[in-house]
Amino acid sequence: MGFVRGLKCRECGREYSVDPIYVCEFCFGPLEVVYDYDGIKGVLTREKILSRPQNLWRYRELLPIDGEPTCGLNSGFTPLVRADKLGAYLGMKNLYIKDDTVTHPTLSFKDRVVAVALSKAREFGFDTVACASTGNLAHSVSAHGASGGFKRFIFIPSTLEKSKIIASLVYEPNLIAVDGNYDDVNRLCSEVANKYKWAFVNINIRPFYAEGSKTQGYEIVEQLGWHTPDAVVVPSASGSLLTKIWKSFKEMKEVGLVNDVNTKVFSAQATGCSPIVAAIKAGVDVIKPVKPNTIAKSLAIGNPADGYYATQVVKESGGFGADVSDSEIIDAIKLLARTEGIFGETAGGVTLASAIQLIESGHIDRDAVTVLCITGNGLKTKEAIAGHTGEPYHINPNMKSFEEALAKINTK
Amino acid sequence: MPVKVKIPVPLQRLTGGKEEVEGNPGTVISLIQSLDQKYPGLAERISEGGKLRRFVNIYVNEEDVRFKNNEETQVMDGDEVSIVPAIAGGI
Repeated sequence: MGFVRGLKCRECGREYSVDPIYVCEFCFGPLEVVYDYDGIKGVLTREKILSRPQNLWRYRELLPIDGEPTCGLNSGFTPLVRADKLGAYLGMKNLYIKDDTVTHPTLSFKDRVVAVALSKAREFGFDTVACASTGNLAHSVSAHGASGGFKRFIFIPSTLEKSKIIASLVYEPNLIAVDGNYDDVNRLCSEVANKYKWAFVNINIRPFYAEGSKTQGYEIVEQLGWHTPDAVVVPSASGSLLTKIWKSFKEMKEVGLVNDVNTKVFSAQATGCSPIVAAIKAGVDVIKPVKPNTIAKSLAIGNPADGYYATQVVKESGGFGADVSDSEIIDAIKLLARTEGIFGETAGGVTLASAIQLIESGHIDRDAVTVLCITGNGLKTKEAIAGHTGEPYHINPNMKSFEEALAKINTK
Repeated sequence: MPVKVKIPVPLQRLTGGKEEVEGNPGTVISLIQSLDQKYPGLAERISEGGKLRRFVNIYVNEEDVRFKNNEETQVMDGDEVSIVPAIAGGI
């Protein structure tokens, strides 16, 4: 039933059959799934999508599995929140939040990619799944892997926030904390993946895994009434999500689900780790790796694998990039919470703070239908804003004490 | 003591399945070119016109050569060189 035709090198175009491989043997370029779009056209209609359950598999013809999906049957289809209060504050008339803080089951958009990766790993016959992670992916592989009955090896940088470590351990994976940053963990994992025949979701399963990100784009379009937005602001670590959202819009046009794609794509990074935005601003497509130094740990990838393609998408779509300081990130997390009641993780702060810069600089029009991708839940990175919130009013358990506090609150 | 070079899976077909091979000290690019004598095809897979390809990461003693002197980075006797394809992850 699948519509996958094979894998193809994004650099030199060489084609491969569907296997757990991820780089071209000839030029080391990344492999990408190729679909039979002509076959999908007419089969995947708006009516068919609307008739299916509200999860990411409603777009299954555009996802790289052959049989029935087996993981993430409740993942995806997160709310697209019309952000009128935040919009009014920023002077934006059509602002939306794609709220992946509530993705099932681990509260980040990684549940999308892992749903696809583990469904594919099962088709390949793997019994062990693994990943290198800055946190969110670790949670998702731990959780989806538990419910899917896989053995799990999770590699994380040992400097991760304590709360993120606990949120993996609860699912009882084999958690390996590596003394080093995310790039060090990745390098080690690629060596481990050489030796052990496991499904490393972001290594040998990567071409399939990465396709799961497209579902965020499909949902945005469906939730906007089958229209692509004018602008989308996407947090960028490897640059993968940004390129996949763009791909999702173009695919929807290709298979006839939308008529036009006129979206400008914007990349959001933390100044302490902004190799993609630096290249965009400099107008070059060579990514110079950096040593990350930011509170936005889920974006702290100094050596972004899809950075080059992200710069190309930004250029092709007429978008731009912005990078923001740690204090701007914290302010934006609080702004999103107090205007829209959404507590995003640090990457969410990066997205909103970058959007503010892009609006103020005129890169995003104030009338534009604009979507901010908030990709993970703030409860995972509480440490980042500790000390930057208000304090509770401490009172004694009597009315007098309460009314003294109330008087203080009312004079604020 | 020669330079130890770790070979990733996609290149092991060229090295007869070997995960680790030995090379001569010099610059990274000269090391790659000398390995190509022994394992023909290896240089063109990971470099083009004397430059590393975009999706190839090379580490000398765990340090990315792009933080050093790129393909001109010096490799000494006893150093360990890893050739690693770029890896996805993060957002």
